[in-house]
Amino acid sequence: MNLDFSQIVPYIPFMIEGIWVTLGFVFVSILIGLILGIILALFKITKSKLLIGVADVYTSIFRGTPLILQLMIIYFAIPQLTGYDIGAFVSAIMAFGLNSAAYVSEIIRAGIMAVDRGQIEAAEALGVSYRPMMQNIILPQAVKNILPALMNEFITLTKESAIVSTIGYLDLMRRAQIVGADIYRNFEPLLFVGAIYWVMVFVLTKLGKAAERRLRQSD
Amino acid sequence: MIKAVNITKDFGANTVLKDISTTINHGEVVAIIGPSGSGKSTFLRCLNLLEEPTSGNIFINDKKITDKKIDKLAIRKNIGMVFQHFHLFPHMTVLENVAYAPQKVKKLSKTEAESIANKLLDKVGLTDKVAAYPNRLSGGQKQRVAIARALAMEPEIMLFDEPTSALDPEMVKEVLDVMKDLVDTGMTMVIVTHEMNFAKEVADKVLFLADGVLVEEGRPQEFFNHPKTERAQDFLAKVL
Ligand SMILES: Nc1ncnc2c1ncn2[C@@H]1O[C@H](COP(=O)(O)OP(=O)(O)OP(=O)(O)O)[C@@H](O)[C@H]1O
Ligand SMILES: [Mg+2]
Repeated sequence: MNLDFSQIVPYIPFMIEGIWVTLGFVFVSILIGLILGIILALFKITKSKLLIGVADVYTSIFRGTPLILQLMIIYFAIPQLTGYDIGAFVSAIMAFGLNSAAYVSEIIRAGIMAVDRGQIEAAEALGVSYRPMMQNIILPQAVKNILPALMNEFITLTKESAIVSTIGYLDLMRRAQIVGADIYRNFEPLLFVGAIYWVMVFVLTKLGKAAERRLRQSD
Repeated sequence: MIKAVNITKDFGANTVLKDISTTINHGEVVAIIGPSGSGKSTFLRCLNLLEEPTSGNIFINDKKITDKKIDKLAIRKNIGMVFQHFHLFPHMTVLENVAYAPQKVKKLSKTEAESIANKLLDKVGLTDKVAAYPNRLSGGQKQRVAIARALAMEPEIMLFDEPTSALDPEMVKEVLDVMKDLVDTGMTMVIVTHEMNFAKEVADKVLFLADGVLVEEGRPQEFFNHPKTERAQDFLAKVL
């Protein structure tokens, strides 16, 4: 085995730039996933059969098919249908955002359901109406259940983000492949970006743990 | 005044309350007793609409609260409830627990609500715990906070669902004492309890439920000393 990292040195800035590209679209995707996920979760905890149905079908579709398929459909099929080219970035944030929303909505729903039913009854018995009950009593407690799982979802999304390389988006992964093709050596660039992914996930994990600790202070 | 007329409650195919009618007068203290699963909690929870009766009606001060169009929250403002397992808000301090509903429901200012809360916490003997979180309290202390929380809404009626059943024996008295103080203020109280001595001592009336049926209803003296039905005699023989 002969590893030679000297050859990738000129490409390092090119690969490092990929960090921001990856983080940028992961961040936007998380944001979309979070907002849409919250809306879907709110649908799921209503009493309306229609809203619950919509949210459940949505979740079932996005969790029940491969993410790479969803990405391909958005990137290749939508332009074919509409004649309008939406580009790699928009395709990527749509696929990841919409997909993540399905998981996020389930995480939030489960987190809310896990709050002791007695809390709702205590609030109801005091005459507290739905909105303040959710805002001041249920959600603050649900957040403690939700946050660790949500952090996991973001970590998964960060790692899975590498599949946008398949639609030619110039993320970390794609850049490693380009460098590999350029210098006829794949191991070094792959190892290099692998380390970067690991560091990103490590930092995310630490941030999550810190947030959790802050939340647990009232316990 | 609370008036229940022919209350029936089904959970699916299971009928847990069967045609219960009774009247609870203003200022009366009523103890509901009976074997486990007889429907005591369900009946109590019908009174503040945490459960909706399948049929029958409940009137509070002649207002039909089982009306479909009734504003449940408005009714509940006037009826405090204390649960077996306290259900304090764990992310709020003791003071916040008690001052929360007056602010959100009655729209009192924080200062006003906290002043009411402080007074009540003083009454239940917890002035030194106002800043503590519920998980730092003993069961008896938690239940006293829960009572103060319900009283902060200045309800006309208080409902208690086995308020001492989840407590260690040495903490039962402190909670019963707080309840006795409340009896002395003339509060209308409906108490589901297994504390027979307490019922004997403070209740004006005892309701005995078995299998969803209101089997006997009467003054504690009569009921405990001369139960009329065999069902009540059996039950008392077991618990006394
Ligand atoms: N939400 C519910 N759904 C279905 N069945 C219920 C529900 N709540 C109570 N029941 C049933 O109704 C019956 C009466 O229950 P309830 O809690 O009123 O009894 P209880 O007299 O309070 O008993 P305990 O002394 O054990 O508290 C029981 O058989 C119980 O299983
Ligand atoms: Mg009960």
